Amino acid sequence: MFIGEVVGNVWGVRRHESLQGQKLLLVRPIDPMTEAPIGEPVMALDGGVGSGPGSVVLVMDEGSSARQILKDKKAPVRTIICGIVDHVSSGGKVKKYA
Amino acid sequence: MKLAQVVGRVFCSRQAEKVVAKKLLLIQPLSWETEKPSGDPIVAMDVSGAGAGEKVYWVAARDAAVAFDDAPPTDAAVVGIVEGHQTRSFR
Repeated sequence: MFIGEVVGNVWGVRRHESLQGQKLLLVRPIDPMTEAPIGEPVMALDGGVGSGPGSVVLVMDEGSSARQILKDKKAPVRTIICGIVDHVSSGGKVKKYA
Repeated sequence: MKLAQVVGRVFCSRQAEKVVAKKLLLIQPLSWETEKPSGDPIVAMDVSGAGAGEKVYWVAARDAAVAFDDAPPTDAAVVGIVEGHQTRSFR
């Protein structure tokens, strides 16, 4: 799992039947304490947490875990948003997002 | 789950039994942000019905096989067509 910021979205009608009705978002991994971006954005499903552009989110980057969250064994998915980050503490410091 | 552009199709008259009747696309992976090519083109099985030049998103490894009912041997699958996308930093 990693922490990232939702930086955009993707739309399109033609998709695998298991992805119908799912929100497709682009997430850029960030350093949770400094908010510095790390690497390239990836596409992730919303996973029912109700995130949107600007949200700082917890992202699962593993296929069978993603299918478990979706409760769909046939979903061709690897990356899914599984939480919205309220705060992170590390090294005695607390970073608040909510 | 990554962005790519369809750059061609692949046809094989002799192939493994479980690969028969699967549409094979040659895709060039792209960056979501800049839409510039990232890495070399790969061959992916198609479930979305994508055509030449279209932007698509795809999954790799085990997640590619579950896209099909018969779980064929594949390491990449195109699972949707991108009509549009946008990226912007909010901080």
